Amino acid sequence: MAKTAVQEFTKGLWAEIPPFRLVLGLCPTLAVTKTVENGIGMGVATTFVLICSNILISLLRNVIPKRVRIACFIVVIATFVTVVELVMQAFAYPLFLKLGIFIPLIVVNCIVLGRAEAFAAKNGVVASLADGLGIGVGFTLSLTALAIVREVLGNGTFYNIPVFGPSFEPFSFMVQAPGAFVCLGLMLCLMNIMGRK
Amino acid sequence: MTDYILLVVSCIFVNNILLMQYLGNCPFLGVSKRMETAVGMAMAVVFVLVMAGAITWVVDIYLLKAFGLEYLRTLSFILVIASLVQFVEMFLRKSIPGLYAGLGIFLPLITTNCAVMGVCLINIMEEYSFLQALVSSFSYAVGFGLALVLFAGVRERIILARVPRPLQDTSIGLVTAGMLSLAFFAFKGMV
Repeated sequence: MAKTAVQEFTKGLWAEIPPFRLVLGLCPTLAVTKTVENGIGMGVATTFVLICSNILISLLRNVIPKRVRIACFIVVIATFVTVVELVMQAFAYPLFLKLGIFIPLIVVNCIVLGRAEAFAAKNGVVASLADGLGIGVGFTLSLTALAIVREVLGNGTFYNIPVFGPSFEPFSFMVQAPGAFVCLGLMLCLMNIMGRK
Repeated sequence: MTDYILLVVSCIFVNNILLMQYLGNCPFLGVSKRMETAVGMAMAVVFVLVMAGAITWVVDIYLLKAFGLEYLRTLSFILVIASLVQFVEMFLRKSIPGLYAGLGIFLPLITTNCAVMGVCLINIMEEYSFLQALVSSFSYAVGFGLALVLFAGVRERIILARVPRPLQDTSIGLVTAGMLSLAFFAFKGMV
């Protein structure tokens, strides 16, 4: 049991790392990765929702009728998103303002619903917890990696600290919408090269 | 009147929901491999988004704000959208089977399309009036459809090209979306 839980956790870090291997949840990936701070904040918020919804759905999996399961999942997820929203408003207000509309939009993040449907509805609590944690951490890592590339090239800063000195001309294409798409596309390509062997 | 024309232009081109606001990207990459599916999805989104925009506006003003329940916004909006999609699906199947055959498979996907939820939230955050909310929902949906159909056209051509192996499929799709986004970037500052 303990071994399988570890396996469920580690698969989220490489074999099924979102959004590269599971091409889901692209909207927050593209939108919030302008700075590393936003990327990590979004990743942690999504991880929290993933873990909580996975646990609760796994506990309720024998109670929820098959035909209305999607609606039930959405209600569970929306509840935890509301929790995150209120907690962030209270304790991390600047970050809440920066992420703005993308916090309530965690509800429609396909990763969360996807894990509920594909994993938590069929597996036990411990395995679901490990799965949620793994996918969440994987998602946070991907967001951070993408955010590092975009912030360093586009702003010349890392976590709001300048890295290149005053003579650096920021490559502002990277922090705009087109840069987000191109950067993610190229990173996906890099992942494919590394994964191919 | 000028206000509304500006709103339409800004929602379709300047703040294009897919390419400038990064909302609704999952169906954008998912259904854009063939032209027919892209057109079907675009129509389904226009249909649902206009209705969702109107209903969520009414729910927000007359239920949530009236009783001080703003913290339930996320929960109630997603429920409204999910039940609306279900209802539209049943209604179409019964009364307009022709349209259902065309849109049917795309309707369930719309529940988790963040463009729909996103536009409903934008309408509330910008404090639009009912008419403005209706116009903006329609224009955002048209912008979504426009970008999706353009992108599907480009992708159908890419299939014919020889793309290096690691870049295939989603990867080249994203880079193409970047180029398309760059084209829409030219509209920035117009309104």
